[in-house]
This record gives sequence, structure tokens and C-alpha cells, in this order.
Amino acid sequence: MNFTLKIWRQKNVTAKGEMVSYDVSGISPDSSFFEMLDTLNQKLITTDGDPVAFDHDCREGICGTCSLYINGRPHGPVKGVTTCQLHMRAFKDGDTIFIEPWRAKAFPIVRDLVVDRSALDKIIQAGGYVSVNTGGVPDANTIPVPKEKSDSAFDAATCIGCGACVAACSNAAAMLFIGAKVSHLALLPQGRVEAAKRVQNMVACMDELGFGNCSNTYACESDCPKGISVANIARMNREFLGAKLFSEKEKVIKESL
Amino acid sequence: MLLYSSITKKVLMALAGLFLVTFLCVHLGINLMLLKNDGGRAFSEAATFMGTNPVIKVAEIVLFAGFLLHIAFGLIVSGQNRSARPIAYARSNSSDTSFFSKYMFHTGIIVFIFLALHFCDFYFIKIGLVAPPPGIAVHDFYSRTLLLFSTPWYSLFYIVSFIVLGIHLNHAIQSAFQTLGWNHSKYTDAVKVIGSVYSVAIAAGFSIVPIYVLFFLN
Repeated sequence: MNFTLKIWRQKNVTAKGEMVSYDVSGISPDSSFFEMLDTLNQKLITTDGDPVAFDHDCREGICGTCSLYINGRPHGPVKGVTTCQLHMRAFKDGDTIFIEPWRAKAFPIVRDLVVDRSALDKIIQAGGYVSVNTGGVPDANTIPVPKEKSDSAFDAATCIGCGACVAACSNAAAMLFIGAKVSHLALLPQGRVEAAKRVQNMVACMDELGFGNCSNTYACESDCPKGISVANIARMNREFLGAKLFSEKEKVIKESL
Repeated sequence: MLLYSSITKKVLMALAGLFLVTFLCVHLGINLMLLKNDGGRAFSEAATFMGTNPVIKVAEIVLFAGFLLHIAFGLIVSGQNRSARPIAYARSNSSDTSFFSKYMFHTGIIVFIFLALHFCDFYFIKIGLVAPPPGIAVHDFYSRTLLLFSTPWYSLFYIVSFIVLGIHLNHAIQSAFQTLGWNHSKYTDAVKVIGSVYSVAIAAGFSIVPIYVLFFLN
């Protein structure tokens, strides 16, 4: 198969980028999208060109490292897969394929198609964890978890943090990502303890990092490679409002006493 | 207002929006009295009631506050959304989303322009800020309405405005529920259907009056 690629090239975070056109030929329909890009890079290397930088790691669809905004969709045209699981048979021979980096103020471009997604890590650091004391391992099943809650928590926990939700969102909002993280932990008894603090801290961190607001267009759900539901965003909104309106205040003992 | 978190802003906007949605229903009820073939008696009585009842007077202040809150937060939130993606994609988004949901700001602006004009045509006359057109008494909303709707371009603008409002509401109602956290497999589909039906009913209901005046009254 032959393709015309329009790829965003940018030297570094401050440089001005542009779309550059490349032709690739003799691509197998069964090769993955990255194998196709590898073929292009091999050609660029042998002709003294500058290979295209892109993020990838496990190439199994589970690590959340790969990105790419392909023909107006994060992770390309196939639903429920990451870019590394996308194959060239999803395209037609002779197609022009636009490949762009995730675009968001909170995701600065490192080089070409590689963006810095550490903003998502910062949000996790703000509250996406449970505090566990060291000591002996507790017996299994000592804390009862209702089946429905564990199902929903597991569904939310499938988020691989790739940032496709931010890329797809017309407002570059990270609400689906945070909704998934908040839901995953708030649904389980281990996460309930810090739930009120967590949701407030994570939302505050998200706002500070310059992500947009949710306008409920649901592009995030449609393009999430793990099919995370926007019901998680509603759950986060409930958690947030509940925390703001009803959470207990910490008692501070005055120094003088 | 700027310091509120993104979710707080959205929740206040949603609450104000839902309040405005219920107000539309009341307004439509009064407008439909124009269809009654009694020379505008029922309509004028309703208009007088709305203009003089002390409870309505208080509700009117709440209503204006609702409008201001919804518009102010709409502008702030939209501004932030725009700045969250400084460089646009070369290939615009082709995700499967409801088409109209991306144009809430644009439809909102059109509705706002209509609202401004509507204020000039009715409310400002009522409070004495603007003089009524010659031959029409300050509180004669019936004659004022008939005069406006007998102008085809005004009726057309009015109908287009309400179609745009219908588009705005079609996304707005289910969106408000989602923002307030009311999303559940039990009722979310019903909310979407009811929201769509309501938006069509509002657009159609308000549009009936100018069509009636233009084609059936003369």
C-alpha cells in the first residue's frame, strides 16, 4: 500500500513547527501504524533525513505511552484501540494521512509528535493514590467490597493515562482522565477514606495546569481506547460537590492549649 | 467568579440554565394566549398579572440574576476553553460527538442578541426607558406584539432565534444533568429524550405565534 503522510515536524518546545509531507510505499496492510512510521524513519535515516520522533513503548495497547492524532482522531479511526494496535488495513491505498501531536496548553511539544504529558502525573500526585500503612499484609477479603462497585471501579481503573481524552476534547479538558481516577478510588472502601480531599485536590491541580472545562460533548468517551464512560465524570462532579458542601472539617488544636 | 473551580463554575451555570429553562415554559404559556381569539384579552390579563404581582416582581430579579450568572460564566468558561488549546489541529476533530454540542457558545451569542433586542422591544418600554411606538400605550403588549409580528423580517428573525435556542437547549438540558452529577443508566437516556422533546416544543411553541399573526390573523 502507498500513502501520503502529512506529519507535524517541530525541533523543540520553542521552535516553530509545520506540517511536512512524506510519501511511503510498499507498506503491508498487516503492518502496524508504527511499523509504517518505522519504515519512513528508516528511509529518512538512510537518506540523511531527520527521523520523526514519536512516543511508543509496549506496543501492546496497555502502557498508555503512544499518542498521535491521526486524521482528526486520537489513536486513529478504529474505536477502542491505541495507535500501536492500529493497522494499515484500517486505511485505503493511496490515502493521505494527517499525523499530529496531542494539542493542549498543558501538553507542551517536546519534539515532532512527542508531547510532555507529565501534567497528568502531577494530577495523580495531587491525590490519585491511597495512603497505606506499612506492616503485615492484611488477610484477603477482610474488607467487603460489593460486586457492582468493584465492577465499576475496575472499569474506571482500565484508564491507561494516554491523554486521548484531552486530545479529543474541543476544550482540551482532562475531565475523563480525572473522572476515571477519582471514580476508581472513590468506589472502593480503601479509597473512601481520602475521597473528599482527593477530588478537591485533583480538580484544583487540573485547573492550575491550564486544562479546559467540560462541555459534555463526549468526544473523550468516543475516542478513549479503553472505552471509559462519561458516567465517571458525573460521579466525580457528585464527589466534588459532596466534598465541597458536606465534608468534615479537620480539627486543628491550637498551640496555646 | 474567576477563582471558582471549573466544576463549581459549570454547576452554577447549569443551575442558572435549568432555572431559565423552566422560565421559558412560563413565558411560552403566556405567549400562547395570543392564539386565543378574544382580541388579546387573556394575553393582556396575563401580562398585567406578570407586571404587577409582587411574587413575580421578586422572581423577575432572580430571573435577571440567572441570566447574568449564566452569561457571565458562559463567557468565562468559553474563554478558558479556547485558551486551553492555543494551537489548533490542522485536521479538525472528527470524533463521534453530537454536532450541536460544539456550538453552545455560538448559539448562546445568537440567543443573547435576540434577548437584547427583545428587551428593547418590550421590557425597556415597560419600565419607561424607551418610548413605545406612536399609537400604542405603554402597557399594551398585545398591540405591540401584533405590530412587530406583522413585519415579516422581524418574524423571521424571531423564528430563527428560537430554532437556535432549540439547538442550544437540545444539548443544554442533558448537559446540565451531567454537570450536576445526575447520570445513571436508569434515567440518563430518558433525560436526553425529554430534553430533545422539550427543546423542539420550545422552538415550535414560540414560533407558532408569529406564524399565526403573519398568516392567519390578517
